[in-house]
Amino acid sequence: MTVESTAARKTTRRSSGAKRTTGASAGAKKADQAPAGEPELVQLLTPEGERVQHPDYDIDLSAEELRGLYRDMVLTRRFDAEATALQRQGELGLWASLLGQEAAQIGSGRALRDDDYVFPTYREHGVAWCRGVDPTNLLGMFRGVNNGGWDPNSNNFHLYTIVLGSQTLHATGYAMGIAKDGADSAVLAYFGDGASSQGDVNESFVFSAVYNAPVVFFCQNNQWAISEPIEKQTRVPLYQRARGFGFPGVRVDGNDVLACLAVTRSALERARRGEGPTLIEAFTYRMAAHTTSDDPTRYRRDAEREAWEAKDPILRLRAYMENEGHADAAFFEELEAESEALGKHVREVVRAMPVPEHMAMFDHTYADGHALVDEERAQFAAYQASFADGEAE
Amino acid sequence: MAVQKLPLAKALNESLRKALETDPKVVVMGLDVGKLGGVFRITDGLQKDFGEDRVIDTPLAESGIVGTAIGLALRGYRPVVEIQFDGFVFPAYDQIVTQLAKMRARSLGTVKMPVVIRIPYGGGIGAVEHHSESPESLFAHVAGLKVVTPANSSDAYWMLQQAIQSDDPVIFFEPKRRYWDKGELDTEAIPGELHKARVAREGTDLTLVAYGPMVKTCLEAAAAAAEEGKSVEVVDLRSISPLDFDTIQTSVEKTGRLVVVHEAPVFFGSGAEIAARITERCFYHLEAPVLRVGGYHAPYPPARLEEEYLPGLDRVLDAVDRSLAY
Ligand SMILES: Cc1ncc(C[n+]2csc(CCOP(=O)(O)OP(=O)(O)O)c2C)c(N)n1
Repeated sequence: MTVESTAARKTTRRSSGAKRTTGASAGAKKADQAPAGEPELVQLLTPEGERVQHPDYDIDLSAEELRGLYRDMVLTRRFDAEATALQRQGELGLWASLLGQEAAQIGSGRALRDDDYVFPTYREHGVAWCRGVDPTNLLGMFRGVNNGGWDPNSNNFHLYTIVLGSQTLHATGYAMGIAKDGADSAVLAYFGDGASSQGDVNESFVFSAVYNAPVVFFCQNNQWAISEPIEKQTRVPLYQRARGFGFPGVRVDGNDVLACLAVTRSALERARRGEGPTLIEAFTYRMAAHTTSDDPTRYRRDAEREAWEAKDPILRLRAYMENEGHADAAFFEELEAESEALGKHVREVVRAMPVPEHMAMFDHTYADGHALVDEERAQFAAYQASFADGEAE
Repeated sequence: MAVQKLPLAKALNESLRKALETDPKVVVMGLDVGKLGGVFRITDGLQKDFGEDRVIDTPLAESGIVGTAIGLALRGYRPVVEIQFDGFVFPAYDQIVTQLAKMRARSLGTVKMPVVIRIPYGGGIGAVEHHSESPESLFAHVAGLKVVTPANSSDAYWMLQQAIQSDDPVIFFEPKRRYWDKGELDTEAIPGELHKARVAREGTDLTLVAYGPMVKTCLEAAAAAAEEGKSVEVVDLRSISPLDFDTIQTSVEKTGRLVVVHEAPVFFGSGAEIAARITERCFYHLEAPVLRVGGYHAPYPPARLEEEYLPGLDRVLDAVDRSLAY
């Protein structure tokens, strides 16, 4: 399925529900009439699994590398499904699924070098996987036992950030630091289509352009910000915004892992060469609910999801690999077994995750110590001890 | 039927519906307030009935939401803004503090700012970070803002009506963990004043002052204390700015003891202001120092520790005992 048909389908959806008469609706109309200007996506693998060429972003991967990308996507999806199930069983308080966004995350994540740094939002489980972060580390905050829970420097993967867009400024600052150091690492910052409306994201565009910072902005446009469709955030394709800030933007098929890899690799290399930021818009779709607390039946139609299922990133790569003989049946069987094992491991680790010591809530508030915290900690300890005494009696 | 029993969340929904019906200048705006009805369904069904021009889904930008609400107010509208969760008001904090709060004074009183900012606040629902905070004193500290918080369905309905009718900006904190609590609502009653505190339970030995989510906890504590023969009065503040010190004073002159309870950290919290003023006003009536119960000087903890962080029945009763021991 092409971009045009997506745009046409969306137009139908909007105009069928539209009955507005204000000036704003006139604007909406104009935007609706613009599918002719709807941009091309960079695509290397069609939804049917056919390899296509792109003049600017070619990529040559060995069968082994292709199998690696496939494995990453399958295991990431399995991890995600396990977490969703664990939430349903009451083991996690909440889960933000990445279902459907595996190619965007694995493609971009596998473009990174070890010394690069990633600033994720809260859905980048696949990128974390590429960074070698133990996936069970990601679950602590969703289980409610910590508010982050890992050392960002151990894998150059920053903590998840829930306040939308904040991390894009941190990414920019970090990249400014890299440039000051004269290093040739780069930074990859993730955010969503909804977050693109935040002031912070726009300010990070300004700063990164002005300071020529080696940062790549990777926007996963999954079409929805909870219940708000992309039309409620922007009237121009998001990648086109970059030009106004003074750096290039490119839209990539976010369900095509090869294209995501190629485009991100190229943008990171550009950053390393000292040529400054790039905005990548990965055009993809949130297959699951926004989080396990959300009810998408209130705002979107099943048909939309079905259309995107036909573009599934995993099935498409599998079709290609099978057609070209890049993997045999044994590979897929072994992967299935590995996937089962991962699910089991995740289940076990999560169930065994301890509730932290009560006193832990005072830990790490300051580096230097603080008289008030010390006083309150002591009061709290005495109060807790009074119950223990009561029980002993 | 005028009197009904319904959850606090539904009372807010009814209140918004009434406001939209009564005054064509009222608009509701925020993230997901349309088809979804807000993440807590406070605006459920409103867009369907009043249209997208009155119930406005906004781009995902809080500074933008509040900033444009200010502009709409300048143009004669009465925007009721929804901030999705307490921790997400800060991108808009600049607009609220530097612009919204000061517009009237800067225009020498010529400009009205009838903007209501609704914020679901407080913990106890097992959420991830930034979804459980109590930032009320950060707003009460700012001159030009009014800060209120209902504790039951009736107040939810009436206080929101009154906030929308006010020509001043009102920060309307909603106790999210009480959204599902049912209470009585008489939609034809004559409501009390927006900024007047309410004696929620009469008592003679000690006064508990609370607001929002902690009113219920304090009423439970008073009931438990009664079983031990202690008579505890509970005052529901309802309004944090302005704050009705007279009602607290009257109560403390009767009981001689005061404990202030809130979820927000105690340090520089609203309890500090109450303790200082009441000590000034009632020095010779007090039998014990004013005590405070609240959150700690630590970031709001992960969900599995929040029961330790939040003041519960035991911590309130502990403070009652300590006060009575003087
Ligand atoms: C500043 C801020 N406002 C509101 C929220 C609540 N919220 C959490 S996720 C979300 C939607 C985000 O959409 P998008 O940026 O497109 O990312 P997606 O979740 O679709 O990946 C909202 C409104 C928040 N986390 N931060």
